[in-house]
Amino acid sequence: MTSHPMLSVCDLGKSFRGLRAVNAVTFDVPKGAIVGLIGPNGAGKTTTFNLIAGAFPPSDGKVTLDGHDVTGLGQAEICRAGVGRTFQIVKPFAGLSVEENVMVGGLRYDDGDVETARARANDILRLLELGDKARQPAQALTLPDRKRLEVARALATRPKLLLLDEVMAGLRPVECDRMVAILQGLNKETGLTILLIEHVMRAVMALSDHVVVLHHGEKIAEGTPAEVTSHPKVLECYLGEEHE
Amino acid sequence: MNAGTLFSSRSARLLLGLLAVLSLAPLGVDDYTLSILIAVLLQAYLGMSWNVMMGFAGQFSLGHALYIGLGAYAAGALFIHFGVSPWIGVFAGMTVSVAVSSVIGMLGFRFKVMGVYFALLTIAFAEFTRVLFDHWGWVGASSGLVLPVTNRVSDDFWLLRGSTSMFYYLILAMTVAGFLFSRSLLMRRIGYYWQAIRENEDAADALGIPVFRYKMIAVVISAAMTSVGGMFIAFFSNNLFPESIFSMHRSLELILGPIIGGVGTLFGPILGAVILTAMGETFTILGEHVGIDGVKQIAYGICLLAILIVKPNGVWPWLRHRLGLDGDGK
Repeated sequence: MTSHPMLSVCDLGKSFRGLRAVNAVTFDVPKGAIVGLIGPNGAGKTTTFNLIAGAFPPSDGKVTLDGHDVTGLGQAEICRAGVGRTFQIVKPFAGLSVEENVMVGGLRYDDGDVETARARANDILRLLELGDKARQPAQALTLPDRKRLEVARALATRPKLLLLDEVMAGLRPVECDRMVAILQGLNKETGLTILLIEHVMRAVMALSDHVVVLHHGEKIAEGTPAEVTSHPKVLECYLGEEHE
Repeated sequence: MNAGTLFSSRSARLLLGLLAVLSLAPLGVDDYTLSILIAVLLQAYLGMSWNVMMGFAGQFSLGHALYIGLGAYAAGALFIHFGVSPWIGVFAGMTVSVAVSSVIGMLGFRFKVMGVYFALLTIAFAEFTRVLFDHWGWVGASSGLVLPVTNRVSDDFWLLRGSTSMFYYLILAMTVAGFLFSRSLLMRRIGYYWQAIRENEDAADALGIPVFRYKMIAVVISAAMTSVGGMFIAFFSNNLFPESIFSMHRSLELILGPIIGGVGTLFGPILGAVILTAMGETFTILGEHVGIDGVKQIAYGICLLAILIVKPNGVWPWLRHRLGLDGDGK
């Protein structure tokens, strides 16, 4: 009905004292789209994520979620507004079981009914192929499994927009393809909008409808995966080395 | 550290059995043994109160003597000055404790005072409250409050004047209630939110959990529960001195039980209280036989260290495993 995008980032900037980590970044994530955010190390991708997710407030610029201004809101409020995120450096609730980790994210619904949240958590875990590990303590998981747990936990909050920070890192190619298929499935079936930071190019290219490239905290290009990979600036700063 | 699911019939049976034995204890033991059992249950109850804040929600308090003192003085002073029943006084104590703990929580959590620094804040409040009571004439200042004791034929439960076995049943009921209350908290949304905050506050925040609010609730519930224990101490011991009721020593003693038993577990504070009292009594007898001063303290200290080195997560998680109750949580 309405034409506004799911997420709109406008002139977003963040300074840490003298360091300008993100500068005048502007892009949109349309409803139901999968958008990739790429760039070399230190390009400001995770900082941009943290600004969108409310981990810290932006120095300037504006973040609009589904038509509502969410600039400067805290993490918890932004989550309740419909943004689920994963952490690049995983943060499981180590002392809780895998199932409980995911459950916690869903307790906001159904009047906090624990058994309903537990059942839903198990559905999500099965989807992410962690079903048989539900009763294990989260600290017993391997890193790829912890990454999957991050995704599961974010999904339990029933987000409109899912922010994925390098969830493919450390996955074997087969596992990576599997994760791509899962995310595509979620996107198609539930209309979930996804913004992802990724270094694994096969995943970015397979998933994204649209790619935004950051370098030194600024957007240097955006477009379809094919457009971006042939963009001279991108080749120069980033992909150039990989393509010799 | 697990939240646990429902009672399995086996652990429920074990607990009911234990409760049955404890209910019948006054019939078969002398007053001295009964007073030891009261000490165990009191320590268990206070340990459970502290456990709500530290064990469940991960907020470290080293000043819980503050809430014991406030509960004790509120009920004691109202009784002495106005003849008010401790069952009304206990609500005054809880109200004051809730108010004071909210201030501490607000200061600590708003200004991001975390971990040991938060614990220091709790010590500071306990200490300056002690100094305040030391100089406050209405509550007897440093010479304390003494509750009138009269010989009586029957127990007066309304005014809590009476025999050791009346106090025994009271503290037994408080411990059972504290246990059931803790269990019901842990198995609800609030319990899971607390554990999430304890395990990783940032991740809890990112999941939309109102972290500040839930930390405040933990602090307030823990303080209110502790102040009920303070009321018990006032009426059981019949005297109150700021020097002892608000002492740092009391705050430390209070947290030893759950640490030995297992922080964050439901049964840990009870088991810890049993172990500590058993150790204390054994070494007192031993010390008398050996006849050297300080043997008790040294032996006690060495045993504490040994337990903490061998079982850093407390004895209960290990014992639970040995008893095959792992599926039941606690």
